[in-house]
Amino acid sequence: MSDSNTVATGNPVIDVEKIRKDFPILSQTVRGKPLIYLDNGATTHKPLRVIERMRKFDSEEYGTVRRGAYKLCEHSTQLYENGRKKVAQFLGADKSGEIVFTSGTTQAINLVAHSFGKRFINRDDEIIISNIEHHANTVPWQILCEERGAKLKVIPVNDEGELVMEEYDKLLSNKTRIVAVNHVSNALGTINPVKEITQKAHAAGSKVLIDGAQSTPHMKLDVQDIGCDFYTFSGHKMYAPSGIGGVYGKMELWEEMPPYVTGGDMIMQVTLEKTTYAKPPARFEAGTPPISQVIGLGEAIEYLNEIGMDNIAAYENSLLEYGTSLFNDIEGVRIIGNARHKAALISFYVDAAHPHDVVTLLDQDGISCRGGHHCAQPTMIRYGVPATTRASMAFYNKTEELDALAESIKKCIRFFSE
Amino acid sequence: MSYDNELYQQVILDHNRNPRNFHEIKDASHSCHGVNPLCGDDITVYLNVAEEEGLIKEVSFLGSGCAISKASTSLMTTFLKGKNIEIARKTKEEFHKMILGELDPEQEEHSLGKLTLFMGIREYPSRTKCASLAWHALICALDKKNEGISTE
Repeated sequence: MSDSNTVATGNPVIDVEKIRKDFPILSQTVRGKPLIYLDNGATTHKPLRVIERMRKFDSEEYGTVRRGAYKLCEHSTQLYENGRKKVAQFLGADKSGEIVFTSGTTQAINLVAHSFGKRFINRDDEIIISNIEHHANTVPWQILCEERGAKLKVIPVNDEGELVMEEYDKLLSNKTRIVAVNHVSNALGTINPVKEITQKAHAAGSKVLIDGAQSTPHMKLDVQDIGCDFYTFSGHKMYAPSGIGGVYGKMELWEEMPPYVTGGDMIMQVTLEKTTYAKPPARFEAGTPPISQVIGLGEAIEYLNEIGMDNIAAYENSLLEYGTSLFNDIEGVRIIGNARHKAALISFYVDAAHPHDVVTLLDQDGISCRGGHHCAQPTMIRYGVPATTRASMAFYNKTEELDALAESIKKCIRFFSE
Repeated sequence: MSYDNELYQQVILDHNRNPRNFHEIKDASHSCHGVNPLCGDDITVYLNVAEEEGLIKEVSFLGSGCAISKASTSLMTTFLKGKNIEIARKTKEEFHKMILGELDPEQEEHSLGKLTLFMGIREYPSRTKCASLAWHALICALDKKNEGISTE
């Protein structure tokens, strides 16, 4: 596997050493060792051009958006709306107005749960999630069910970490109003069959929200092909700044939905007696948005497009295969989640040590991994572990880093077994 | 096999592997269940306190968690046995200050004894709750808060 930083065809689809030069943070050392960053599922680093684009915008072009008839404002508004266009194209949306910006996926799901819930969820209606959702795609629906007297149903998972589709079929009924599942599980890496999930939900008359926080950075997307009604994403997990993300929604649904956060920018007209709302997406973007962050997000998308999402997916898949076979060879390590379709994320349990001890010792070797329940406690309960250690990869990672991770884990096991 | 850090010292590793006073006290006068929801550390501290003298006659724990939380609880039980509850409360304050880096046991007066082994935690802010959970549970037990406590 000496040539494993390229994909099997022999063509260097990703020249990882060249890519790494784009990310300034990757050249630093941690505790005297070269940084090996494997917590991309939590947040990704930014290429220099994203940082530079925001710096240029803030130092030369910054102005508010959507109001004020002067040059800076008009220019900022144009760049901001261009950012929306780039997101729409990246996700395969029909119209850029179908993209609503939020602070990230958490706020995006809360927006849909509140607004869609207020309009469409009533007593005895049913909402379906899965057993492997992030808390951000669990708690808003639990609260909504409590408030509206609706019921929450949960798609079970098999031992490999895959949704049990036969059970999903049984949960769907004419009471189902929305199915909310992730595209890629942040805790296990499972890629869920979102197109099939959507088709089945639609056949039952239900709408569908896909949590795309973990998929948008790793694969080519087409929300129209998936057919879902909502698709959420977070900028900081796709090489863009934190504080920006959003949700794609079908325009005919947005048009029927009431505002979530209210105030300036989301109105048509306000008198002291009554307010009429602006059309989507403005209706859902009250207040001054994170403008530089949208410019940064647009730049990150251009960067990803230039590399090519198919190339990224193929390269990351080669990392996953390489890492999985390394981990399978370490005695005392169990991979949690072995779905047939997986993103480049390995969640594992070391018998000799608690995940928090593991990550502290990995950190001694300059390796950043996440140890914990990954904001997915129901998933941890399902697999009978208090927490796991997670190595989540990006296209700037290389096989040598996975070798170093495997060695560090072996060292940690020896340390706790002495 | 060693790491260049002060966190996982031999005594801590030993208490993790062979926790002391690791059992339930059936007729405990005080107990408290403490959890750290961020990492799943979960311990119950049991005490038998002679009310009149305010002496901790017996102390034990049960539970699961990372090496730091387990060793910290184990060492706490060995420290507390036979101590006055006022000393126990004072030690909790000192211990907490030490792991936050607000008390330097090498420079300042203290009564922490062997517990200074956990001084290295101050370099790892994300792990302070692992070490302090036991002590929070202790105070909760002494205050007879039977509902349990959480580090969050």
